[in-house]
Amino acid sequence: MRTAFIEELLKVAARDERVWLVCGDLGYSVLDPFIQRFPKRFLNAGVAEQNMTGIAAGLALTGKTVFTYSIANFPVMRCLEQIRNDVCYHNLDVKIVSVGGGLAYGSHGYTHHGVEDLAMMSVLPNMTVVAPGDPLEARAATAALANKPGPAYLRLGKAGEPILHQAPLDFTLGSAIQIQDGEDITIITTGAVLGIAIEASRRLDAEGCSTRLLSMPTLVTLDADAIGKAARETRAILTVEEHGAGGLGTMVAEVLVTMQVGMPFHALRLSRDPIKLSGSQEELRSAQGLSADGIYKSVRHLLPLDTKAF
Amino acid sequence: MIENDPSPSKLTEADLRGRAATLRAHAVRMIHRAKASHLGSSLSMADVIASLYWQILRLNPLQPEWPDRDRFLLSKGHGAAMLYAALAERGFFPVSELDSYCQRGSRLTGHATSGVPGVELSSGSLGHGLPVGCGMALAAKREDRSFRTFVLLSDGELDEGSNWEAILFAPQHQLDNLVVIVDYNKIQSYGLVKDVLELEPLADKFRAFRWAVKEVDGHNMNELSNVLTSLPMEQGKPTAIIANTIKGKGVSFMEDTLAWHYKSPTDEQLSQALKELGAAS
Repeated sequence: MRTAFIEELLKVAARDERVWLVCGDLGYSVLDPFIQRFPKRFLNAGVAEQNMTGIAAGLALTGKTVFTYSIANFPVMRCLEQIRNDVCYHNLDVKIVSVGGGLAYGSHGYTHHGVEDLAMMSVLPNMTVVAPGDPLEARAATAALANKPGPAYLRLGKAGEPILHQAPLDFTLGSAIQIQDGEDITIITTGAVLGIAIEASRRLDAEGCSTRLLSMPTLVTLDADAIGKAARETRAILTVEEHGAGGLGTMVAEVLVTMQVGMPFHALRLSRDPIKLSGSQEELRSAQGLSADGIYKSVRHLLPLDTKAF
Repeated sequence: MIENDPSPSKLTEADLRGRAATLRAHAVRMIHRAKASHLGSSLSMADVIASLYWQILRLNPLQPEWPDRDRFLLSKGHGAAMLYAALAERGFFPVSELDSYCQRGSRLTGHATSGVPGVELSSGSLGHGLPVGCGMALAAKREDRSFRTFVLLSDGELDEGSNWEAILFAPQHQLDNLVVIVDYNKIQSYGLVKDVLELEPLADKFRAFRWAVKEVDGHNMNELSNVLTSLPMEQGKPTAIIANTIKGKGVSFMEDTLAWHYKSPTDEQLSQALKELGAAS
């Protein structure tokens, strides 16, 4: 995803000279194409995320569109107040990009687990929040955010994620992307867990559980219409995210409650407890049910075998 | 290009002192009316503000967003009363609006808020202005633009690590279009600076971080004028002006006291303060 991001950012920067890239001393080799092509619009702010974000705000106050770039929590939490006060309050054109969201840096330990970021970014004023599900979504989101004035948070996976969509992708900020239609269960995912949800959907469909699968890359503003439609047209909803409380599951539940919809619902997400043991992204995900098998089991819990679907 | 408004730089030292007294009187009245706080912090920066707004900053009050204006960031946002007073007296908005400071529905909130004509950055949480100023100065540097960026810091806010990130950053990028002024009144929120987190040797700290540094009497218009009219002090280096000031300066019973970080003047104290400032009550 990070390669898709930088390739798209190069295109954006080529046609819009206001676009800057500011990193927090991370992006080794990945950012080189941008640095070589647009040296005057690149800045390595050093290992100093508060200053990096303040600088981005200052640049934006002079008319720039600034992408800040770092990994996991670093561009989000250390500088949370700079994001809130300097960027969001002033509604500035600063896009915060985090590479390695979720458990992508699994074995590096809890300090590198970006598992609260979506909740924190989603409550801030003026903020658009996007967590792409595959490299095509990442590419489309980068272009779309560059065209949308105002603050944004782009939570990317890391490297080597498979392309899951057919190109060209029909991507609009704020719109869910339907991967497949179904009438028993709706699975809604955000971010890089889309792949395991596709795998689970195949298994469910094969067993006769008609599965609607929605990729929901934009968390703010959430596609409430797609959720309402799922509530009307399917019998249960499962949300899946590589994130703790306060993310997709919380937001979808709020939409359902606000619509006064009562229906089988489950949020498959990470525990609040820090993960203290090492493991790969896949291993750490699976340990908390974030796997094709875990999704399958969650659906079966919502729609038990003795119901129509099984 | 829009020219700066008729230059006030011909003002004499006495004129500037008069301006500062007017600003002080505004701040005392505003904070009294609103039963607000931070009066001591407003009074300590009055002379710096008068010098900047009547002598130094290239501004156009009729067009606050003029792209080539100098930027002034009040990082010590709790000094907002003094900033608003200066902006009003400079014509950014009516002086009568100062009466609404901290009142219901007013845009003049207790900490500096953008949206008020002439306020570049909302502040109030400390340690934000200098990083933002670095971004502005960097943009000007990279694009050969002429505007300068001035950031006014309190001494207490130099406790914030974000400032030291920015202090490390600015010389690296040779931001000689960036000027920091420290309102060094030696009293922070809950005690004397030397008792809370001593900053000394402050000038040496800036020098060690590769800044051009000048220590001045922050209430001496000539000293302020001399340094602010000869910027940058050194080519390729950001400038740090350490303005030695007195908290509550100008009102005898407020001077150098921690309590006036919080207290709001009584009616009697208001009269006494205005009398000392030579202003009508």
